[in-house]
Amino acid sequence: MKKPVKLLNELSKPGRRACSLPASDVPEASEKIPEKFARKEDAALPEVSEVDLIRHFTRLSQLNYAVDVGFYPLGSCTMKYNPKVNERLSRLPGFLNLHPYQHKDLAQGALELMYGLKEMLCEITGMDELTLQPAAGAHGEMTGLMVIKAALEHRGEKKRTKIIVPDSAHGTNPASATMAGFEVLVVTSDERGNVDVENLKSLMSDEVAGIMLTNPNTLGLFEERILEIAKIIHDAGGLLYYDGANLNANLGIARPGDMGFDVVHLNLHKTFSTPHGGGGPGSGPIGVKEELAPFLPKPVIVKEGNSYRFDYDRPLSIGKVRSFYGNFNVMVRAYAYIMTMGSEGLRRVAEDAVLNANYLLERVRENFVLPFDRRCKHEFVISGSRQKKENGVTTLDMVKRLIDYGFHPPTVYFPLVVPEAMMVEPNETESIEELDAFSEALNAIAEEARKDPELVKNSPKTTPVTRLDEVTAAKRPVVTWITEEE
Amino acid sequence: MSSYLPNTEADRRKMLEALGVSSVEDLFEDIPKEVRQKGVGGLPGPLSEDELVRHLTALSERNCHLGQCVCFLGAGIYDHFVPSVVDAVVSRGEFYTAYTPYQPEISQGTLTAAFEYQSMICELTGMYVTNASMYDGASALAEAAFMACGVTKRDKVLAAKTVHPEYREVIRTYTRFRDVTVEEVGYKDGVLDLEDLASKLDDSVAAVLVQSPNFLGVIEDVKTLAEMAHDKGAMLVVSADPISLALLEPPGKLGADIVTGEGQALGNPASFGGPHFGFLAATKKLLRKMPGRIVGQTTDLEGRRGFVLTLQAREQHIRREKATSNICTNQALCALMGAVYMASMGKEGLKDVAKLCYDKAHYTMERLLERGFERAFGGPFFKEFTLRAPEPVETLNARLLREGFLGGYDLSRDYPEIENGWLVAVTERRTRREIDRFAEMAGGEKK
Ligand SMILES: Cc1ncc(COP(=O)(O)O)c(C=O)c1O
Repeated sequence: MKKPVKLLNELSKPGRRACSLPASDVPEASEKIPEKFARKEDAALPEVSEVDLIRHFTRLSQLNYAVDVGFYPLGSCTMKYNPKVNERLSRLPGFLNLHPYQHKDLAQGALELMYGLKEMLCEITGMDELTLQPAAGAHGEMTGLMVIKAALEHRGEKKRTKIIVPDSAHGTNPASATMAGFEVLVVTSDERGNVDVENLKSLMSDEVAGIMLTNPNTLGLFEERILEIAKIIHDAGGLLYYDGANLNANLGIARPGDMGFDVVHLNLHKTFSTPHGGGGPGSGPIGVKEELAPFLPKPVIVKEGNSYRFDYDRPLSIGKVRSFYGNFNVMVRAYAYIMTMGSEGLRRVAEDAVLNANYLLERVRENFVLPFDRRCKHEFVISGSRQKKENGVTTLDMVKRLIDYGFHPPTVYFPLVVPEAMMVEPNETESIEELDAFSEALNAIAEEARKDPELVKNSPKTTPVTRLDEVTAAKRPVVTWITEEE
Repeated sequence: MSSYLPNTEADRRKMLEALGVSSVEDLFEDIPKEVRQKGVGGLPGPLSEDELVRHLTALSERNCHLGQCVCFLGAGIYDHFVPSVVDAVVSRGEFYTAYTPYQPEISQGTLTAAFEYQSMICELTGMYVTNASMYDGASALAEAAFMACGVTKRDKVLAAKTVHPEYREVIRTYTRFRDVTVEEVGYKDGVLDLEDLASKLDDSVAAVLVQSPNFLGVIEDVKTLAEMAHDKGAMLVVSADPISLALLEPPGKLGADIVTGEGQALGNPASFGGPHFGFLAATKKLLRKMPGRIVGQTTDLEGRRGFVLTLQAREQHIRREKATSNICTNQALCALMGAVYMASMGKEGLKDVAKLCYDKAHYTMERLLERGFERAFGGPFFKEFTLRAPEPVETLNARLLREGFLGGYDLSRDYPEIENGWLVAVTERRTRREIDRFAEMAGGEKK
């Protein structure tokens, strides 16, 4: 299977095709495309047969690791199992083939599903109103921050232009703050891995619009002083934003709305089991407290009697952040997932996710540096700094070696506050046997780092390609097969 | 308990024991008591798989889908044919249950396909580089506006009124919070009004944003617009229908600096408006200003070709608040659908699709002109066109619906100045019989 992969343009041969189209049953249009607008040279799309095409993409798929292939403990990404029934349901013609502008009376099932999902997500998070429009987590962050800004401006507080973000935050948090026109203030972490409350107090002023927090945070640790933090922010006239990437740990355990958060984004592609698609599509709904509801993107779905419609008459709305209503087919899967689990099932999800993470941490703790030695939630961060110092083996080397053992690496070098970080999120959909096997592999690698560091540094060995030259890729970028030919 | 939770009660006990705690509750002691819940209240379910399938099937059947009516509605989302190979490829768990290819050694499938996607989008648009996808056509255009502001260090953009109304609304939302001003440029005979543009275009303008074929269906003169923009040091950003580019000169060859668009037409079902993908392609000069993921070619230690995420120094995980964009998760699987579609159609097939759309749209217009409709604008169009109907569009569409047709988009809300304005879209899927019947039902007896 190691023969080199040919690209589609290399497989191409004039005259081949992988489609069958109807013959035209209308006369050729007498009105021609004016010469100045007509394409002069054909787009050189590949010409391949259907067999070629299917074999090509099947071959490519076999070069991928995926949740359906094995354990994928990529921290912060919640790579839980993606139920097959949800794929089937999302492809029902009555969901898949709807036009966004068809009359609402022809889409009542879709609207009912979206309304139902909104209600369930409000219940799960403790929020009052919710929009399903944002396409991913970062998009939700930007939208939520815009809602905050619009609400503050409406209150006449235009000078609140700063938003506080922890040093452990995900990169999208500060980047989204910029997108929404905020300036970022960084709050440091304390020795327990939580927000340093003293440092937070020192940052407060009447220019602060609020704070963005992930809870459990990106270290997998619960912000123990969350109620105190909420009070500090609220007393100073600010608002609290909840990055829902880690909501899996909180399902049925503690709701962001009860912790004092005013805006919450969710990642349906994490917590609610919709597939990650090799990088997307996701869905990033945002829930808000009553006071912020008027500022949500439009339209908002409303229920009247037994029917549903889109309400566009929202004078204070920030407007729209994408066309139409969001990633509807992702919502179908999330709705199906919640219906499958029910209240008790969701609580069990959080319990097992947290239990699995703590158990796994217990099994590997001896071999690694623990930056914060306390109970974790659904994920934990360990450091490879000992191996780096003592054996010259980096975290990157060790996780590449994990690939040879048949596992997907954890998230690495994030959060930035931990050197040589490995962020492991096992998820509730993994069995104790899988956790045992993974911990044995990780412990074996720690041993290899001591005894045979070169082995680890030269991994992976079992993959279709070995380590790739990223420096040259960035220095002399070849970004299409056209650039390559130049 | 659900089949997605493999741990048995015995497993849980064993794990708790290893942790030295007596119950799972003990793992949550660091959460303040005041906020601790006893479980999510009041959710429906749990449903067994069969119950779930019945429930969702019933919901889906309360919708009328495009297989049950004949669609002449477009306005950004089109009823194009999607070949079976598309779903066959993206239904593979190796593709759809992976995530962003951070570990290239075990992600060559996703990376190679993304490189091929990028190559084909650049072939179509005539551009040098594209990213691996944006959320949709609207946000892609908004991000392009920011790119132009960043590069030109100017903070005003001009948006043609012939750009999709929802896209303009998204641009207004995106720019409002960053002190970027958006001014709209009017239209004349269905295309951007060059005089109005000339009067608004000065050296404070970062970019002119247009759509071609535009929202009203008419093809814009991209070359002239590019020259006018460049004259004032501004960029030209074009939002394009990718199918049309099989027949129309690509904006890249006409001077556009950035080409964006909605990729739904490329193998993605309508899906009630999402998920699909947006594309954003640009000139070589803008390579390092691009938002989002870009895949690049390189070699491994043994000299074999391979692919990686590249130019990551632009992105949020490295640059944080100084990143070119906040986008992280994109629409990768939808872009893969686009790639499979483009490869499936190929060079000749995509031209055939475009030609069928073109001929059928023109045939449809002729039939409707025979029955009391008036062509609103004289300019050339591709697969969509604007007519003035002899009656309010609402009543017209309601009558058509009773006959099983999804009529054209009602322009009365967004373009009230076009009396009874009706935007009709015709794809390769419409047959002559459907078109003839549609015209008959829309206009009654031939005049
Ligand atoms: C903590 C955290 N916040 C935000 C995001 C952004 O979410 P998305 O990738 O859906 O845009 C991520 C994604 O990985 C994350 O881990």
